Amino acid sequence: MTFDTLYFDIGRMDRLSYRETFVHRLDPRAKVIATILFLFTVISFPKYEIVALAPFFLYPVLLLTVGEIPVRFIIKKMIVVSPFAVFIGIFNPILDTRTAAVIFGVSLSAGWISFLSILLKFALTISAALLLIATTSFPGVCHALRRLGFPALFVSQLLFLYRYLFVLMEEAMRIVRAREMRSFGSRGTGMKVFVRLIGILFLRTMDRAERIYYAMLSRGFHGDIPSLKRSRIAFRDLAFMAITIAFLAVFRFLPITEGIGRVA
Amino acid sequence: MHMADALLSPAVGTTLWVGTVAVGGYASKKLKERIDDRMIPLMGVLGAFIFAAQMINITIPGTGSSGHLGGGMILAIILGPHAAFLVMASVLTVQALFFADGGLLALGCNIWNLGFYPCFLVYPLIYKPLIGDSHNSGRIIAVSLLSAIAALQLGAFSVVMETLLSGKSELPFGAFVLLMQPIHLAIGVIEGFVTAGVINYVLSARPELLESIAASRSHGAEISLRKVMITFVVLAVITGGALSWFASTHPDGLEWSIEKVTGKGELQEAEHGIARVLKGIQKKTAFLPGYNFKPEGNDPKKAETAPARPGIEVGTSVSGIVGAVIVLGMIVLIGVGIRSFRGRDA
Amino acid sequence: MSHHIVEFKNVFFRYPDGTEALKGVNFRITHGESVGVVGANGAGKSTLLQHMNGYLMPTSGTVTIGDLTLTGKTKREFRKKVGIVFQNPDDQLFMPTVFDDVAFGPLNLGMDEASVRERVRKALGMVNSLDLQDKPPHHLSSGQKSAVAIASVMAMEPDILAMDEPAANLDPRSRRSLISLLKTFKHSKIIASHDLDLILDVCERCIVIGGGAVVADGPSAEILSNKAFLEENNLELPLSFQGRS
Repeated sequence: MTFDTLYFDIGRMDRLSYRETFVHRLDPRAKVIATILFLFTVISFPKYEIVALAPFFLYPVLLLTVGEIPVRFIIKKMIVVSPFAVFIGIFNPILDTRTAAVIFGVSLSAGWISFLSILLKFALTISAALLLIATTSFPGVCHALRRLGFPALFVSQLLFLYRYLFVLMEEAMRIVRAREMRSFGSRGTGMKVFVRLIGILFLRTMDRAERIYYAMLSRGFHGDIPSLKRSRIAFRDLAFMAITIAFLAVFRFLPITEGIGRVA
Repeated sequence: MHMADALLSPAVGTTLWVGTVAVGGYASKKLKERIDDRMIPLMGVLGAFIFAAQMINITIPGTGSSGHLGGGMILAIILGPHAAFLVMASVLTVQALFFADGGLLALGCNIWNLGFYPCFLVYPLIYKPLIGDSHNSGRIIAVSLLSAIAALQLGAFSVVMETLLSGKSELPFGAFVLLMQPIHLAIGVIEGFVTAGVINYVLSARPELLESIAASRSHGAEISLRKVMITFVVLAVITGGALSWFASTHPDGLEWSIEKVTGKGELQEAEHGIARVLKGIQKKTAFLPGYNFKPEGNDPKKAETAPARPGIEVGTSVSGIVGAVIVLGMIVLIGVGIRSFRGRDA
Repeated sequence: MSHHIVEFKNVFFRYPDGTEALKGVNFRITHGESVGVVGANGAGKSTLLQHMNGYLMPTSGTVTIGDLTLTGKTKREFRKKVGIVFQNPDDQLFMPTVFDDVAFGPLNLGMDEASVRERVRKALGMVNSLDLQDKPPHHLSSGQKSAVAIASVMAMEPDILAMDEPAANLDPRSRRSLISLLKTFKHSKIIASHDLDLILDVCERCIVIGGGAVVADGPSAEILSNKAFLEENNLELPLSFQGRS
């Protein structure tokens, strides 16, 4: 992806997370915990499972629709990060060719089943992770992590990173634009220029860190980054958690999909 | 290369998370003891710097393809191992959240692969002893190259091990290693050149800068070789213990990988300890799908196609797939329903 | 109200690399005064401001506020009394949301939750930005950022407000509303800027810095209309004094 795409992409994600919907208003802790449980449940399915994974699409679909997140945007982002899983997974049908099933006369090898299983798990886990941040502001996620016991120092790193991500990306973009304007065709994108660009960006970052430190001192900073508690767990958060857990448990342990198929 | 959730088993994912959290907790504790206030904004902003720098592409000479900065090594050199590990962890966390690069369960693996090795192994064991106090640019290039290559080889090898131990991929060990290591050799060379280039550039443009950061790094936070080794052994023991515990409770992943790695075929099913208890429960309830301990007597196909391995539930595939299609159809309907309902609201 | 008097007495400052930035600066600002500090690039304006809250310490000479003299020990007291608004709001707004940012100072003063919330509400109200409190700074316009930056300083309820190029990145309309906002503050104000029209509008008094020392100190209208003097110091007449010929 080009720099600009990445930049606008992350900006769009960030803006989505500040919307006001039912999902956005849920307590970040509830969403973080629900997401983690969801991910665990999905990857706990064995290698050749595909059928029982189907109901789990309900979770991302509900977040997507109730949270009013554009489907295409999420799908695009999923495709962008898919190469590694696909690349590793595609070896399964090549290497594991034992016939595992004959469905409507077509024989299916075990490799294809396990590959399909990887793809389904990929779609479920990635969409759940993306939807967490699309429906929860990043500072919200950080406060949730802090209150779930992550070290304060680490959480303050995340918050600084988030705050200056956009500022530094803009700075990097200006530097890249300047490079592109003066490098005709391929010249100017080699190692030397690249290192120089990163070096300049680094020096500017250092100067900025110094100014930020000064600004912090001016407002009484003495080693701790204080923050106020912001949210309280409300009834709807507990309800959301309870329903999610029940949903995960039911579809993890009961062969419902199959049952539906048999009845039909 | 980032590890992905879909290739992970819960056992491996959890183990690496435990390791990463342990190292992260240790690093923040160490830092907190004697941190200079100045480091707090500096670390955060440098995280944003790595993030932004990664978005600038470089054309790899002679190939026409492009690469970018990883950052673990450069952070370790500038900030020291403890701070660098935390910064790297925060960079990867933001990537996992905003780009879903890898995923959230695989994040533990990714922080380990891309943060632990450069910061806590390569930096104290290779970079620091070899570079000493030298500011010689040639030496910086040579040592950075060596360090970056070592860090990335370790990281790549970890990806291989994590994937194999998870047992979702069919790739045999040898082929996988042959696939990953050379790619990461190339990536390591670039990482090394960029790391050295930036360090040398900063040393020539603002020689005092790196020293002033080094002064802000608390002296107590430098790591001794001995400590690294001890920590590593302890972690290895914990990891091994956790893995074998998971292996006994969750046979699906490890069994397979042991077979792949050793080529000996399936181990005898262990019928003792927790595994046996679990199996007993399964037999009574037949709840766990995929294992199907209560054979479906009414399914004739089962006998001929049942593979030698557990996990393929073939007997139910037709009804299963019909069910899956119906379920997915319902989910789509629910989604479309909510969307159109919302649309009318707006 | 003697405790709000700011006094620089023969202040010298040399950077570690040997650059002499201040060479004997003397001035005194009394309570409620608005003072503009002008001078060409590199004249020493920013260095001077950085002495106001002890980020830099004079190499020799003294800086006092009321009966408090700036030393390593009194730095923190100084920071409570003097609020500095920086040139680039992105450096000043370092917290992830507007609310957190404005609350940062009061929380560092050790206030309890209810009073912190009250301070934040008051400070954001002062700059008409209450509706921005849940936003992250990178979603704000330049004008909004500079308003919030001022609020983040006002939340500490300083006695003296020091500003470095407050209007540098603002469009004309935001600049205008900043000027009217500044006029409503009753604090002592020290504003370093190249924007001579802003100084003329907001500050009745003006100090010109050149070569690390005070070269002129007097009523803004008088100093800023002296064309020959301004040009001598690499400055020029404010637009409002320039004829349209």
